[in-house]
Amino acid sequence: MTQAHALARAPFDRTLLLVVPAAAFMLLLFIYPFLYGLGLSFEPKEGGALGNYSHFFTTDNLWPTIWTTLRLALPATLINVGLALPIAYKMRIKTRYQRWITTILVVPITLGTVLIAEGALTYFGPKGWLSQTLQLSHIYDGPIRLTHNYWGVLISLVISGFPFAFLLILSYITGIDPVLARAAATLGADPAAQFRHIYLPLLAPGLAMCFCLAFVQAFSVFPSAVLLGSPAGPTRVISIAAYEAAFEQYDYSLASAIAMIMGFVQLLIVAAVLGLRNLFYRGPVVGGKG
Amino acid sequence: MNPGVRAWLDRAWRGLLLGTMTLFVVNVALMIAAVATSSFARRWLGTWFPEGWTTNWYTAAWKEFQLDSVLWVTVEVVFAVVLLALVIGVPAAYTLARRNFLGKRALMLLFLLPVMVAPITCGIPLATVLYKAQLAGTIYGVMLANLIPAAPFVILVMTPFIEQIDPNLESAARVFGANTARMFWHVLVPLLAPGILAASLLVLVRTIALFELTFLTAGPDSQTLVVALYYAVFAAGVRAPQSVDAMAMIYMIVTLVWLLIALRFVNPTQLVSRVKEQPLTA
Repeated sequence: MTQAHALARAPFDRTLLLVVPAAAFMLLLFIYPFLYGLGLSFEPKEGGALGNYSHFFTTDNLWPTIWTTLRLALPATLINVGLALPIAYKMRIKTRYQRWITTILVVPITLGTVLIAEGALTYFGPKGWLSQTLQLSHIYDGPIRLTHNYWGVLISLVISGFPFAFLLILSYITGIDPVLARAAATLGADPAAQFRHIYLPLLAPGLAMCFCLAFVQAFSVFPSAVLLGSPAGPTRVISIAAYEAAFEQYDYSLASAIAMIMGFVQLLIVAAVLGLRNLFYRGPVVGGKG
Repeated sequence: MNPGVRAWLDRAWRGLLLGTMTLFVVNVALMIAAVATSSFARRWLGTWFPEGWTTNWYTAAWKEFQLDSVLWVTVEVVFAVVLLALVIGVPAAYTLARRNFLGKRALMLLFLLPVMVAPITCGIPLATVLYKAQLAGTIYGVMLANLIPAAPFVILVMTPFIEQIDPNLESAARVFGANTARMFWHVLVPLLAPGILAASLLVLVRTIALFELTFLTAGPDSQTLVVALYYAVFAAGVRAPQSVDAMAMIYMIVTLVWLLIALRFVNPTQLVSRVKEQPLTA
């Protein structure tokens, strides 16, 4: 008998009703607005059904925002995941420091992007402590411009994104049974080989997930691109374009279209990463008997 | 490889990692210190330290940005969101943990999606709908928007927690004639208290810091602290930078206090990783 049959025969289980408020809430406030926005994006103020999309891809200050955003989000994600992986790997062994370090790293996440932008304006600015130190020690004598440009936004994405990637990868790594690595060591694998042949394949799903989540966060960069970047020029990211369409031109139809394009680009990258991940091993991350 | 060379490489690698880590932490700490210094500075123009110290910027910021009303809005929003997220989320988590039913996977996906979709992407259509329903710009609109990540988050944190509670305890309560409501209240809630506490603290910390959705749906009277801070930095040119920094400090203190409370009860990694994949045994 299939599961469906079993369910059909059984008397109705009232426990299932407990999930209804949550499901209704999500349908009403997440799925419905999304579908509404999708529909709205095909009803432009002028032009045919695809008017907004053709407007987006033919307007000079709209379509390049995709590249501007990718140019920020992809390097930031690569830096964050690339730095977080070796450090989290080092931290996998529980020590006294592990809890302290994870605690310190939580702070930038909870402070949020707005505060990081404000702090970076003060600290990385042309008169800030960083540039004063660099000039005093003659490491670099020229003027140091790390705010109101591409670098400022990239720095803020690393500060807010690295702890996120680190904590996520750490929670994946500590879920891997160390017995597997010890077994490999018994067979003569050095630490590098243990990492390459034991940890890396087991981590592949976690890494792919971490990359996707970190990328989605970086891709929707908004406050730091406005406050710390140059929102009219090199850091005019796609969320700024969507915000301007909605709240400065009051063209909700165009704004929805931009939001949909944004979602689509994210989906493409996420699908590509998860597709790559499928090339790796799938299976349990703990040793078992037999 | 020569053992001496390998030991050297090993040490160099460890040093490099430690160095990167230190560089990151030191710079973030100095960044926060710079904001703190500036908020107490009488005048600070291109020198190492300000010319004098004052606390006047805090009173100035408090008046200028009407922080008493902003803080009150923040408190209202945060506590309403935590409470509603628990009321919606815990029963749903219970069903997901205990029952198998058609469409369970689809439902799990529905609760995972808000995590996978960037806040601006779902925030703009949401703001449009809320404007149409005349809820945007009100405190209720802000609460609803904040519930979108909060409710699924509670579900994802609580489901594994409920799974580890022995179902026999519930059966025993049923044998003694308790109905679902009494069983929930007298058996499950006490057992779940640590999980509920952890989930609500995590939601609380995240809601204080949630910028995008609040920003898109808030009106002038319904700004939370983080949105007010954004507008203060955005219009920084017309105000003394010190008073903006003072406001940033107030925001930071509010967040840090709750973060420290939260960290007494939860593992730091819980703030980012919601669902721990259950270990699969072969």
